[in-house]
Amino acid sequence: MSAASATRDEVFEILDTVKDPEVPVLSVVELGIVRDVSVDAGAVTVTLTPTYSGCPAMRVIEDDITAALVEHGLGPVRIETVYAPAWTTDWLSDEAKRKLEAYGIAPPGRASKETTLVSLTRAPSAAASPRCPYCHSRDTVVKSEFGSTACKSICFCNACSQPFEMFKAL
Amino acid sequence: MNAPFEYLLRLGDDRIILGHRLSEWCGHAPILEEDIALANIALDLIGQASLLLGLAGKIEGQGRDGDALAYLRDAVEFRNALLLELPKGDFAVTIVRQLFFSVFALLQAEALERSSDQELAGIAAKAVKEFRYHVRHSADWVLKLGGGTTESQNRAQRAVDDLWRYTGELFLADDVDRAAAASGFGVDPSTLENAWSETVRDVLARAGLTIPDVSYMQRGGRTGRHTEHLGHLLGEMQILARSHPGASW
Repeated sequence: MSAASATRDEVFEILDTVKDPEVPVLSVVELGIVRDVSVDAGAVTVTLTPTYSGCPAMRVIEDDITAALVEHGLGPVRIETVYAPAWTTDWLSDEAKRKLEAYGIAPPGRASKETTLVSLTRAPSAAASPRCPYCHSRDTVVKSEFGSTACKSICFCNACSQPFEMFKAL
Repeated sequence: MNAPFEYLLRLGDDRIILGHRLSEWCGHAPILEEDIALANIALDLIGQASLLLGLAGKIEGQGRDGDALAYLRDAVEFRNALLLELPKGDFAVTIVRQLFFSVFALLQAEALERSSDQELAGIAAKAVKEFRYHVRHSADWVLKLGGGTTESQNRAQRAVDDLWRYTGELFLADDVDRAAAASGFGVDPSTLENAWSETVRDVLARAGLTIPDVSYMQRGGRTGRHTEHLGHLLGEMQILARSHPGASW
């Protein structure tokens, strides 16, 4: 395959093999950070949007994408970054959420548009007691909204006494 | 005067300086979850600063990128509010400052989503989501500290007493702010004060904390007149970039 002959769909297929380094069960396409692809006069341009402003994995992801495309004989590769519309976990497909849970990470609930500035008392909701990815109990608690990476919270399951992570709704 | 450039320096410098202060907790926070939380919040702020200073450099058009603006300016060239450069203090000082700044920054980012500059509007839209988490985190903790032991109440009250006089500067508007707001690029910070005050006073009241009677609000950061603390912070933050120009991973 040469760049001149590659179609947009073919590029997307290749990108679907590039995994998020911090959540290696999801591809960058499933994660929703690939916003656009264009193939023009031999050059491939991939437009990405970051999950979080300071996501340290972005540089690695850019390198992985470039390497995967070059490996398939495509290039030169240009990576562009856009910030609007801002990434949201609502872009994760049901299939992606199922993969997250199977991997041991509770999938995010809906990213609600909050209307009040400070919601000190969060109503009981799926986000406040996520389903344990191991035993599927709802008897869980969010220990901290900040976890091992920017996109995850730390949770604990009272039923199976297992700590687990949840993908934060954003 | 290049108002958009100066305006972006204020936004970017607030975030990089507070982000650096928060990063000082890494490995030192009272519990593991907070160590991780504060490092996460620092990362959000430094990430935002990188985008904002990068945009500032582009608008300035003098060949300076975000790194050059972060690492190769001296204290007098920084435009952050004084509140953000004060030492991290104890956990109560850090948390109370987080409440004061996060509420301000959330209101500011919500307004900047409507900026006439598409890139700034995009950066702001992303930041709104992050600041919502920061506000909830700090407000939760202020309630815990205020409603906790005598020791935690005393420390939280002392933090409010010490920091309150630095909050006025966040809402001071000068020609830079007014020009940026008039062109639709930025937002006049004085328009955010009522909403900020309402929210912060509500949280403090629920935490049983009182607002001190302060007759004078400290100022100077927006025009480069800083406390002695900023120079020490920059010494640590900038030493690698200055000792090894062009160093990369």
